[in-house]
Amino acid sequence: MRQQPAERAKPINTSLQALGAKQFGFDEARHLLWRAGFGGTPEQINLLASWGPEKSVDYLVDFQQVKVEPVRDDLFSKDIIRDPNDEERMAYRDAQRNRDENRLAELRLRRQQAEQDDREQARQMQRWWLKRMIETPRPLEEKMTLFWHGHFATSYRTIEDSYHMFRQNQLFRLHAVGSYAELMHQIIRDPAMLRYLDNNNSRKGKPNENLARELMELFSLGLGNYTEQDIKEGARALTGYTYKGDDFTFDQRNHDGGAKTILGARGTLDGDEFVKAILDQPACAKFICTKLYRYFVHDYPSGDARKDAAAKKVIDDLASTFRSRGYEVAPVLKRLFLSQHFYDPAVRGEQIKSPVQLVVGAVRSLNTPVRDLAAVLSGLRFMGQDILFPPSVKGWDGGRAWINTATMFIRQNMLVFMLTGRRPQGSDALADSEKWDAQALVQQIKAAFPTLTGDTPAEVLNGVLRFALGRTDPHARDVLEKYLADQNNQLTPETLTELMLLITATPEYQLT
Amino acid sequence: MDTLHTAFTRRQFMIGGITLASASIALPQFLSATALGLPGAEPGATSIPGVNEDRILVVIQLSGGNDGLNTVVPYGEDAYHKARAGIGIKADKVLRLAKSEVGLHPAMAGMADLYNDGLLAIVQGVGYPNPNRSHFQSMDIWHTADTSGTGNGWLGRYFDSECCGFGKGESGTQEKDANPTIGIAVGQDAPLAMRGQKVQPIAFESADRFRWTGQDVDKGLEDDYQAISRRGGRVGNSNSDFLTRTALDAQVSSDTIRKAVAAKPRMNYPNSDLARQLQMVASMIHAKLNTRVYYVSMGGFDTHSGQGGENGRHANLLRQLSDAMKAFYADLKAMRRDTDVLTMTFSEFGRRVGQNASQGTDHGTAAPVFLAGPMVKSGVLTPHPSLKDLDSGDLKYTVDFREVYSGILEKWLKADSKKVLEANFAPAPVLNVKA
Repeated sequence: MRQQPAERAKPINTSLQALGAKQFGFDEARHLLWRAGFGGTPEQINLLASWGPEKSVDYLVDFQQVKVEPVRDDLFSKDIIRDPNDEERMAYRDAQRNRDENRLAELRLRRQQAEQDDREQARQMQRWWLKRMIETPRPLEEKMTLFWHGHFATSYRTIEDSYHMFRQNQLFRLHAVGSYAELMHQIIRDPAMLRYLDNNNSRKGKPNENLARELMELFSLGLGNYTEQDIKEGARALTGYTYKGDDFTFDQRNHDGGAKTILGARGTLDGDEFVKAILDQPACAKFICTKLYRYFVHDYPSGDARKDAAAKKVIDDLASTFRSRGYEVAPVLKRLFLSQHFYDPAVRGEQIKSPVQLVVGAVRSLNTPVRDLAAVLSGLRFMGQDILFPPSVKGWDGGRAWINTATMFIRQNMLVFMLTGRRPQGSDALADSEKWDAQALVQQIKAAFPTLTGDTPAEVLNGVLRFALGRTDPHARDVLEKYLADQNNQLTPETLTELMLLITATPEYQLT
Repeated sequence: MDTLHTAFTRRQFMIGGITLASASIALPQFLSATALGLPGAEPGATSIPGVNEDRILVVIQLSGGNDGLNTVVPYGEDAYHKARAGIGIKADKVLRLAKSEVGLHPAMAGMADLYNDGLLAIVQGVGYPNPNRSHFQSMDIWHTADTSGTGNGWLGRYFDSECCGFGKGESGTQEKDANPTIGIAVGQDAPLAMRGQKVQPIAFESADRFRWTGQDVDKGLEDDYQAISRRGGRVGNSNSDFLTRTALDAQVSSDTIRKAVAAKPRMNYPNSDLARQLQMVASMIHAKLNTRVYYVSMGGFDTHSGQGGENGRHANLLRQLSDAMKAFYADLKAMRRDTDVLTMTFSEFGRRVGQNASQGTDHGTAAPVFLAGPMVKSGVLTPHPSLKDLDSGDLKYTVDFREVYSGILEKWLKADSKKVLEANFAPAPVLNVKA
């Protein structure tokens, strides 16, 4: 075992006390920008470092104060997929009655055309969201929208209605760092979710248990914190929660208004009272804070007893903040991002970037061209994170599940694509010709390290590594130094680009 | 060598060869390089003398919903010809199958040859309860072997069981010795069927893409890249150790796979995408990769209109499938590996019995599954589903596809089908092998 004895001896700081302003420099600001957002340029990192921790965290979490182009409700068409109107219903019935095969074929064809158009709109929406993540001045807003998308995972693949996906996406954005309790009340009214978990046809006498089960197992409490009986009764509470067109509707006739007992609460409980019974459970805050911890800090459980013990303590502390602040997310995130624990060396540089983080981060930190979004999205799919198409209601596992031999190449090749325009898949003839400006980045890096006055290749390499990897693996450093020596230590745009190709191909680049 | 082989347990044997790289990372670098140079175990070499354990499954996915009725044709039934007035296959054109009342589409001469050589089994009427007619959903159901279409893939769960055992390890940890090449999919996407909790398949459309493309920018970067990726001495359990090991695995399997696929073709294959994919698979089998499951696919079966009959769109698809399968087995036989390779075809659903107004067919239900290889119980194994007793115009399934999976898992891959399928399905008696 080649673990550094020094690191082992030093206990992990589990304090949620704020980090001192003096301890917050370039490396800490870099860490904060990558975790609370998608990374930043050397200039942005430097700016945050000059602000200090408090102002930086406020800026990132209280993002409402940052102006952004609002998302218009009519950004996507709501009428591609819609219920047939009376006239169309009649036409279909007539054709069926008369066994008019030609007419039926025509109606089917129209439906198929609509489905095809809708799939195209779903692809447009993926490009739009990805672009927003790349461009937004409020990185945490999009990062939390992605968090809720993975938490309340719903796939277009099943619901096949892009507008409903859009509405759900907006719901997550609206409550990104707001009230989780409100999100729970809204999610049982969300057409995409109601359809995804089959609640739209759940009625008195024949309740569908799908939503009730996942509401507790995956969205709030976790296994072991409820009973099968709670699911049965919860499903009854949710009967009649359905939608018409694009809007939620409560179907009183199909709602089971009888007496129920759910998680100890008694009464003629409806969906909101079911949600309230869930929110009253202490397990709830802990469950959500565990997920937030995994998203922002470290794998848990990680298989490392020392780190897991630290994580458990921090999660418990965050959960008590979450409860005392009435399930508001922002105070929890602020406390976390300011905490000494968040900056402990044991949790830094150890998070595997999600595919979205990898590509969005490449643009936002290295300032690469945005490239062809369709190609970037197909890269995301190959890497296992097809946004709007999570693999199941469990969402994405994250962590090491992202990585295998095949995705390793795709990740490295995506960076080749971002930096040089050489496509990871398909024909090179279509290579994206826009040049990445390596010199500009190096200028910024030099400016970021005022102490680094020299221009020697070794000094430049130091700065580049500190910015791009956050740490220097001696083995990789040797290889890179040798590469530069082979180029007669000439720092041309070409050699800088190639240097960055090698840096982004290191296993360490997959981490943040 | 004999003592070495018998000393291996089955699990260790399976993950030998390529994964020596992973096992050896604790060694100093000069030793690890030697380990990388070791050849894979000889095919046919056994952990228990006399038992061949080098069994391979090839899955051919037919995407879009293959029209089973015009593939395996119940040519003797009036109801068939009545329902298919425009696109039906005339009884005298069908390639009749001995000892059965059905025949193959006239474009499927290649598979008729396989049948006559005792290399083809046909299971008719394969489906599942409450059939779903959405392409996505029904495909997911076949991939997950779960009628809700959720969870990991059935082959992924098999890989998990082989590498890591069930229930072992928490999420976020991975056993060190998972075989990085246990499942290889030729295609853009890693199919859901092969995705497990712990083990993920390798997927590549063409092998030369299963590599770092930075070296295309400058050939001179290749050595530096290798030096960065091939790093020894990382045995810890941090994420950075894990990534370093995976990068090493990727390097090693990339070289092996690309070398295998780059080898000179041993014989001519027909000119189709599926044939190209199967030729790549044959090359990897020839190169003795330790891969258990290969996955290939062809699309275009969603024939809502202008499907054609004896000739035309659907006929062309079936010809491609059939000719490619025939060439594949000829190739395998020439390299004396045919007895190691079982092939299964499937589609997400069949199509409706009656043709539609556009000379095509719409999404239906049950359809035939083909199994090929010298180990299959050759013949038409189950009767054609009734053309009279329909479920609102659709065939009623007679065999649950998970019984076919169970037969393959139990009798060919020697896995516990109850654990892999997470349910109890009787193994369909489709193979002539002792478990």
